[in-house]
Amino acid sequence: MMLRAALLTGALATVATAEERRTGYEMMSPDLRAMQDDEMSNPGMLWVAEGAALWDTPEGEAGLSCADCHGGAEQSMAGVAARYPAWDEDSGAPVDLAGRIGLCRTRHQNAGAWDRESRPLLALAAFVSRQSKGVPITPDSDPRLDPWRDTGRVLFETRMGQLNLACANCHDDHAGGHLAAATIPEAHPTGYPQYRLQWEEMGGLHRRFGNCMAGVRAEPFASGSPEYIALELFLMSRAAGLEMEAPAVRP
Amino acid sequence: MGRALSCAAAIAIAGPLGAQGLPDPLTDVPGDPSRGHAIVLDQQKSLCVLCHAGPFAEVPFQGDLGPDLTGVGDRLSLPELRLRVVDSRSVNPDTIMPPFHSLDGLARVGARWQGTTILTAQEVEDVVAYLASLKGGSE
Ligand code: HEC
Ligand code: HEC
Ligand code: HEC
Repeated sequence: MMLRAALLTGALATVATAEERRTGYEMMSPDLRAMQDDEMSNPGMLWVAEGAALWDTPEGEAGLSCADCHGGAEQSMAGVAARYPAWDEDSGAPVDLAGRIGLCRTRHQNAGAWDRESRPLLALAAFVSRQSKGVPITPDSDPRLDPWRDTGRVLFETRMGQLNLACANCHDDHAGGHLAAATIPEAHPTGYPQYRLQWEEMGGLHRRFGNCMAGVRAEPFASGSPEYIALELFLMSRAAGLEMEAPAVRP
Repeated sequence: MGRALSCAAAIAIAGPLGAQGLPDPLTDVPGDPSRGHAIVLDQQKSLCVLCHAGPFAEVPFQGDLGPDLTGVGDRLSLPELRLRVVDSRSVNPDTIMPPFHSLDGLARVGARWQGTTILTAQEVEDVVAYLASLKGGSE
């Protein structure tokens, strides 16, 4: 009996299925979950609506809207956010979703670049991510991304800052524990960009990374930096199979 | 300077188990338990209550990543307490408790915090004096 039980748990432990992982959503209070679920009360939906309007607006010297090239986002953008970051041939490096939208703006619309945390870029990213709601995260299988994922894992496991803590110390080893009032989540990037109550606005995943790095009194990397793209690639592969939920609401 | 040296030597002698701890105070001014109490309760400064519960009725949300500090003055001697606050890595190399008075091996420290320890030597002494005063069960 004992042996059987041990074998069973051993077998289960080796296959970390989506069911064993918990998203930040599942760890939130029922009140916050209800706020996220109800489209009328989820503040992130405001950005989604703005993004929908921008999608149809001609911009730049090309005078083209996103829709002019991509058609209806419901079809063309379905599942895209669930497999980003992806390889960009021209730059020979991976880009995340905000980076891709920024590139379409400068390369294809011939319009001026937007800041990564600017309102219109967050709005478009939220609108595009929304088209993946409920889609399981399916990392891109392009082998050129693999070394980046390895770099991301190393970063995740490297202690840093005056407090000398690695992301993994909290998000792998102490997920579910309490840092004062905050429950430590597993750090699955299922709902970005997200509305964070502490920010009182929408923000991207890289801004969230910056918060955690500042929390351990480390020098954050820049939003859109290769380091954050690598971390994002690693976290997305770690979250494979979990369903997208943007725009998420978080404390 | 001399004190910092003797401190490092004591850690080396204590070894990985750190049984002996740091017998010598880091400063000439004896630790003040009431100042230590205030430092422990100050989440920005000491961060202790982010991870530890204890007899701190003033703090509504206490963390649970480390052991409850209630009665820690019965469990650990003054030198043992000092060693843990200065640098818990000398007791447990994989600890998540930050090194409060050591810069050893730190990486990518934020510009604002570079070259400074989380607590000064005197703050460590105050905190240690307070911890040593935590005797008996919960208040
Ligand atoms: C002139 C045509 C054109 C316009 C306008 C345009 N794009 Fe694109 N978009 C492309 C092309 C081509 C690609 C494929 C990648 C590349 O070559 O840049 C692409 C790729 C994308 C992708 C990645 C899709 C995937 O499956 O990987 C996203 C997301 C995207 N565009 C969003 C937008 C948004 C948002 C806008 C409006 C701000 C926009 N695009 C405007 C042509 C355009
Ligand atoms: C000291 C513990 C700690 C460390 C170290 C830490 N985090 Fe966090 N992280 C948290 C807590 C706590 C939250 C939730 C904040 C809240 O709810 O207020 C969080 C939230 C997150 C989230 C949001 C998850 C969601 O559901 O949206 C991500 C992503 C994340 N962290 C990534 C990282 C990365 C990457 C690192 C390393 C660079 C890191 N964290 C380091 C404690 C930590
Ligand atoms: C990031 C979390 C964290 C912070 C912040 C933290 N500790 Fe700890 N502490 C721990 C953990 C975990 C242990 C358990 C021993 C170990 O793993 O090293 C511990 C152990 C201790 C012990 C030994 C307790 C025993 O019963 O053996 C003392 C004393 C202690 N901490 C005091 C403090 C004080 C004082 C502060 C603030 C100046 C503090 N800690 C801040 C996580 C933390």
